[in-house]
Amino acid sequence: MEVFKYKKPLSLMAKSKRFGLLSIVMLLLSLGLILTKGFNLGVDFAGGTLIQVKYEGEAPIEKIREALNADKVYEGASVTFFGSQEEVVIRTKMSSQVLGEDVGAKVNQLLKETGTLEVRRVDMIGAKVGSELRTKGFTAMVIAIIGILLYVSFRFEWRFAIASVLALLHDITIAMGMIVLFSVEVNLDILAALLTILGYSLNDTIIVFDRIREGVRTIKKPDLSAIIDESVTRTLSRTTLTSLTTFFVVLTLFIFGGEIIHGFAFTLLVGIVVGTYSSIFVASPILMWLGFSVSGFREKEAVKLKREKEKEKMRAMYENGTI
Amino acid sequence: MKTLNYRVVLLAFALIFGIVFSIPSLTQSESGKKIILGLDLQGGLHMLLGIKSEIAIESRIKSMAATVKYMFDDEDIIFDDLRMNENGTITFELLDNDDVVKATALIEKEIEGTVLSQKSLKFSLEMTEEEKIRTKQDAIGQAVDTIRNRLNEFGLAEPTVAKQGADKILVEVPGIKNREDIARLKKLIERAAHLQLMAVDEDRIARVDTMSENEAKSFGNIILTDVKTPQKYLVRAIPVLDGSMLTDAKVGFDESNQPVINFSLDGQGAKIFGDFTGKYVGKRMAVVLDNKVYSAPNINERIGGGNVQISGNFTFSEAQDLAIALRSGALLAPVIIESERFIGPSLGADSIKSSSLALMLGFLLVVIFMVLYYGMAGIIANVALIGNLFLILAVMSLVGATLTLPGMAGIVLTVGMAVDANVIINERIRELLHQGKSIGKSIEDGYNNAFTAIFDANVTTLIAAIVLVVYGTGAIKGFAITMGIGIAASMLTAIVGTHGIYQWILPKMDKKKLNFWFGIKQEGAK
Repeated sequence: MEVFKYKKPLSLMAKSKRFGLLSIVMLLLSLGLILTKGFNLGVDFAGGTLIQVKYEGEAPIEKIREALNADKVYEGASVTFFGSQEEVVIRTKMSSQVLGEDVGAKVNQLLKETGTLEVRRVDMIGAKVGSELRTKGFTAMVIAIIGILLYVSFRFEWRFAIASVLALLHDITIAMGMIVLFSVEVNLDILAALLTILGYSLNDTIIVFDRIREGVRTIKKPDLSAIIDESVTRTLSRTTLTSLTTFFVVLTLFIFGGEIIHGFAFTLLVGIVVGTYSSIFVASPILMWLGFSVSGFREKEAVKLKREKEKEKMRAMYENGTI
Repeated sequence: MKTLNYRVVLLAFALIFGIVFSIPSLTQSESGKKIILGLDLQGGLHMLLGIKSEIAIESRIKSMAATVKYMFDDEDIIFDDLRMNENGTITFELLDNDDVVKATALIEKEIEGTVLSQKSLKFSLEMTEEEKIRTKQDAIGQAVDTIRNRLNEFGLAEPTVAKQGADKILVEVPGIKNREDIARLKKLIERAAHLQLMAVDEDRIARVDTMSENEAKSFGNIILTDVKTPQKYLVRAIPVLDGSMLTDAKVGFDESNQPVINFSLDGQGAKIFGDFTGKYVGKRMAVVLDNKVYSAPNINERIGGGNVQISGNFTFSEAQDLAIALRSGALLAPVIIESERFIGPSLGADSIKSSSLALMLGFLLVVIFMVLYYGMAGIIANVALIGNLFLILAVMSLVGATLTLPGMAGIVLTVGMAVDANVIINERIRELLHQGKSIGKSIEDGYNNAFTAIFDANVTTLIAAIVLVVYGTGAIKGFAITMGIGIAASMLTAIVGTHGIYQWILPKMDKKKLNFWFGIKQEGAK
């Protein structure tokens, strides 16, 4: 089977302004959402307590609220269904540092009258740990980006590095925008998903860039946009296929993976779509706008080649004993 | 005709290695190294504890003061007004000028990490900053050991207690599910088990009910209450000795068959205790545990040998937990919860079920797609994919890595991404075939052309994974580890391994059957 057969290059770069505009609009919308609505920070980052309770039969949500309101600590706690009608999640901003007071036992006791229940999960994060996790998460993101920037500069050229990192920021920002839009609860797993997007989207971009790098050497055209068009078109089949396989695999995780993994899978799904889009329509135009010069690159390559050849010549002469 | 090449041998070796070492994990056999299931999959309690280290410093100062008192008494140095002040200093006054040299020498020799300053005959003893830092670190280290000892005696399966970062203690108890067990476990950890033997101030105790705390302080005393009744005791603030000199504690029974705790003191403790009881005959000594008076027996005679008994109306299981706590040593500072995660075993089982289902479905999806799209080349890629899965399991089993729920997600994701390398390679091969190159040439050039792209792409993903391992905690680390192993394994199986298979079967490949081998139409052959 063959779906994407290369016939002639698509004229992508000619349309790059349109895609650029689309990306800018998406970026602005995302930033607007992040700044106005803000993240729905979960207990991992905001601190607080989350208790997941499973009932035999449907959970009596009103009764649960009533029973919790009787206690000072749990007054006004949010109670929502979780995955099914039998399970609820209770969230409060409070956390207790005292070992002797067991949260699970307390909730068990408070809800005794509401039915047969089982405390299935307790996540209690003190404010201090929450803020530590926030800083750590942010540091991780920054360090990953710097590491990637360095590696790409080393393997390609600085313009490639800038273009790939800008594409990355584009993807992460839009993914964050979607997280805010759909009120996904941001916990550690979402951070991991964002970092995975970082790696994944870059993976896509690198493969396109690799082809462009190769194109600059082999395609005998002076015009960068023509080279990019041809290179991107040639990788189009791979980019779409891999994205599709990964997308469907993550989709199974989203559908069948259970409620706990939902936000994680959702973030990845968004990331895969945006990452694929950006590697084709965002990263390459940026490369062009940054003024990557084909002749300059070829000259440099030629100088490098010449130097290597000279070295080889010297070595040969040395080995032959002529020096 | 080509025979077996090193690449195929390597792949075969990787496959066998993968299968052999993942069998123990897959069959859950008794022997062999297995993947450890994370707490989120098997259920259990995870806690991050902190300590109130300023209390550790306070009690260190207290024990310094006790040492000063004991030394001076022992050496017949006459002193007055020995007290601990709000600012953390110990002050005292010597009455005899001739004792100054002896006293200073004693303190310098016996009490480390302090600075002694003198104003005429008034002395002030202060802890150095380094000593404070050391005391805090000691308190953490000691808390880790103590909590570990207590949990080991509690009788639950393989609890983990470890220091995390500079000032936190990680406690993990897999398999615990009963809320009562959790509550009891937390109480056992929380227990300071700070034992003190204190002299009752018999001269002023009559006025204890009307005395304020500040007034008591001015006499160098503190007011403590009885563990069960509201009765108050006035005792000397500086204890005779504390639990650090205790060597053993056991549950026993007294004459009326009530549970009691018998404990023994080490040599130095026994000597101090003997000396004290000798001097204090006719007065009372309070046995104080965690600032509650358990008993205050009258001293009838000098007690040598260092065996002491605590009675205090406890039940047998209370006495038992108390003895464990005493034996494992006191906590130098109170322990607090920084974070707690509990996953019930049923939720863990649900997570395993649903993530395995997702893994299997995702895997099937990819495998079927590859065969449909690439024909035989897809099957070859699938062999690599299966090898990759086994390798991940085998490596994780061998290094004893923990499989968490995000780790499962990492494997699912790896399945999606591992075929990426083969997609890239196959696309390259097809391209060359379309240009009319021979199969052998197309395969060799295809692998060469694809290599840099795959390598660079994998390295960048690895960078993200490594950052996650370094900065992530618990479950997130698990995700990054599986992803990292998956990427590394895919370099072996998807690049080297499939290349080997192609070289091996190349003689059988027929340019007339490109659709069967690579899933493309014939027209490439010009």
